Amino acid sequence: MKSKGVLGISAQVLAILLAIVYLIPIYMTIITSLKTPGEINLISAWALPSSINWEGYIVAWERFAPNLRNSFVLAVGATLISAMMGSLNGYVLSKYPFPGAKVVMPLIVFGMFIPYQSVLVPLFRFMQKAGLYGGLPGLILVHVVYGLPITTLLFRSFYQEIPNELLDASSIDGAGFFGIFRYLILPLSGPPFLVVCIWQFTQIWNEFLFAVTLTRPSSQPITVALANLAGGQAVSWNLPMAGSVLAALPTTIIYILLGRYFVRGLLAGALKG
Amino acid sequence: MQSRREQLVAVFTILPSIVLLGIFVYGFIGNSMHMSTTDWGQEAAMSLTPNIQSVGMDNYRDLFTGFLNVRFRQDLINMFFFTLLFVGLSLLIGLFLATLIDQLVWGEAFFRTVFLYPMSLSMVVTGTIWRWILQPRGGINVLPTLIGLPPGEFLWLSSRTQTLVFDWSHIFHYVCLILLVILTLNVYGQWRRQGSKRLPRKLMLCAVLLGVFASGILTRIPLLEYPEAHGFNNALWGVVLAAVWQMSGYTMALYLAGLRTIPHELREAARVDGGSEFQIYRYVDLPLLKPITASAIVILGHIALKIFDLIFAISGPDHYPTSMPAITMFLKTFRGNELAVGSAIGVILFLIVSLLIVPYLVVSFREE
Repeated sequence: MKSKGVLGISAQVLAILLAIVYLIPIYMTIITSLKTPGEINLISAWALPSSINWEGYIVAWERFAPNLRNSFVLAVGATLISAMMGSLNGYVLSKYPFPGAKVVMPLIVFGMFIPYQSVLVPLFRFMQKAGLYGGLPGLILVHVVYGLPITTLLFRSFYQEIPNELLDASSIDGAGFFGIFRYLILPLSGPPFLVVCIWQFTQIWNEFLFAVTLTRPSSQPITVALANLAGGQAVSWNLPMAGSVLAALPTTIIYILLGRYFVRGLLAGALKG
Repeated sequence: MQSRREQLVAVFTILPSIVLLGIFVYGFIGNSMHMSTTDWGQEAAMSLTPNIQSVGMDNYRDLFTGFLNVRFRQDLINMFFFTLLFVGLSLLIGLFLATLIDQLVWGEAFFRTVFLYPMSLSMVVTGTIWRWILQPRGGINVLPTLIGLPPGEFLWLSSRTQTLVFDWSHIFHYVCLILLVILTLNVYGQWRRQGSKRLPRKLMLCAVLLGVFASGILTRIPLLEYPEAHGFNNALWGVVLAAVWQMSGYTMALYLAGLRTIPHELREAARVDGGSEFQIYRYVDLPLLKPITASAIVILGHIALKIFDLIFAISGPDHYPTSMPAITMFLKTFRGNELAVGSAIGVILFLIVSLLIVPYLVVSFREE
């Protein structure tokens, strides 16, 4: 409900103040990333840079370009595969419920809540034995598998809304399982694909635990490179701040352009029936 | 109607996913449980044909009572306090922000975007940024000097001060107290709603717990032969601050979605009955938001219990005061090659998170 009068104005003022508080870390990151190492000290940390200096970004780009590329390959690959599989799974679970499907669904969803520490040692050994340890294909596989619960859940709840009569009509016309999927379900799946892909891309781009334990340096995504850099003490702060901006850029752009779908993914994950 | 053949095609389509999840989730958890009862580690971790002996529950006993594992016990305490503060503050602030945004005449979408933005960032980015802002002699601590006040002195991440100190041997005593508080709150809520479901039995249990706690009988269990101090590390405040900044927008989005689904007629009816705006908020809106609070507790709770990346970035894995079980698990496994102990910590985390998740999933899917 909207408040009017004094209450409305004070709510407005309070919202502005809080927004400033929430943006303070972003302000701090950007100003520090644009300073020269010599200008960065603890006392004047809040002051704007005396002149804009791109050195931090140049060094960060040189250093992180391979990691950013790794993150892109990883996030795009794993997102597309897990979305496609999730779509098929959701189709099966909502339209072709097999005996036992009611038990299978919670067992699948449970997989997205487990702490990955409880599978990490066998996973690590499995990847070594399968020859997948260290590289991007292995990491993509891991993200696809552990992404299946959320993608399956999101697609299933979307497909449940599609009336069964539509499917019956298609099957009378002679379309089979894949025919219905290809010509009826997929054309209706634009919005859920967008929601699922945005969600998965953001999650995988931002992920750290699998990345740090299952890759060699040459295949490390940006999160690992950034964490290693900030952990070292010798580095001046403009570099990790510029690196943070680079690491945050892709998800920030998606969030600003397609925030509506990001929120829908986030709500669908939490407020399911 | 679907033919038999179609049914079969459908099952074969989903089968690969079920097999993969079966192995990667349930198979691997089972394997972790098995390996946690062995002495797998050190040389055996390196060799191709390791000689692994079964040691029963020794790894678990060592983690909870072994002299060398004092760090893991403090990790558990850190995890408990971090989860409590992070979930509690995120709920309160999220509810406040949602209520505030709901009142706004102007810029609703803008403010929603700002408050939710940190959630689209990696915990590693959040940790890196806050590591800089929480420097002992910089960042937040110099903010007061901008308006002429003395600088702040609080050591957000590096403080070594501990409060609420207790002896590890008394842990069951305090677990009993926590259970008592939870149960009492539950009984009080039921009594106010005049629900009588199993009330007498719960009251009895309350009395028993109270008796056990008052008698102090649980303090006499000698877990360790020497006193070992644990408590709340003040350094956790820095981590809590960064985590709440990142996730309070999430609870805001959940509550805002909830407020939007409350039918107008309901509030209108309350208004006709002479309810003030505050009364409507208190007696119409808040009760209808309860299911959202439950979901948010489960989702934020499981994030808090397994927190790893934020700690790694904000203070590094070797910083004792802000360490968590997930961090120690990583160090034991990948630096110390103690694969069996690492598995044991993973299993402990799994059991704790399951206590939260399993009831939630059972309730959600029973409703379907």
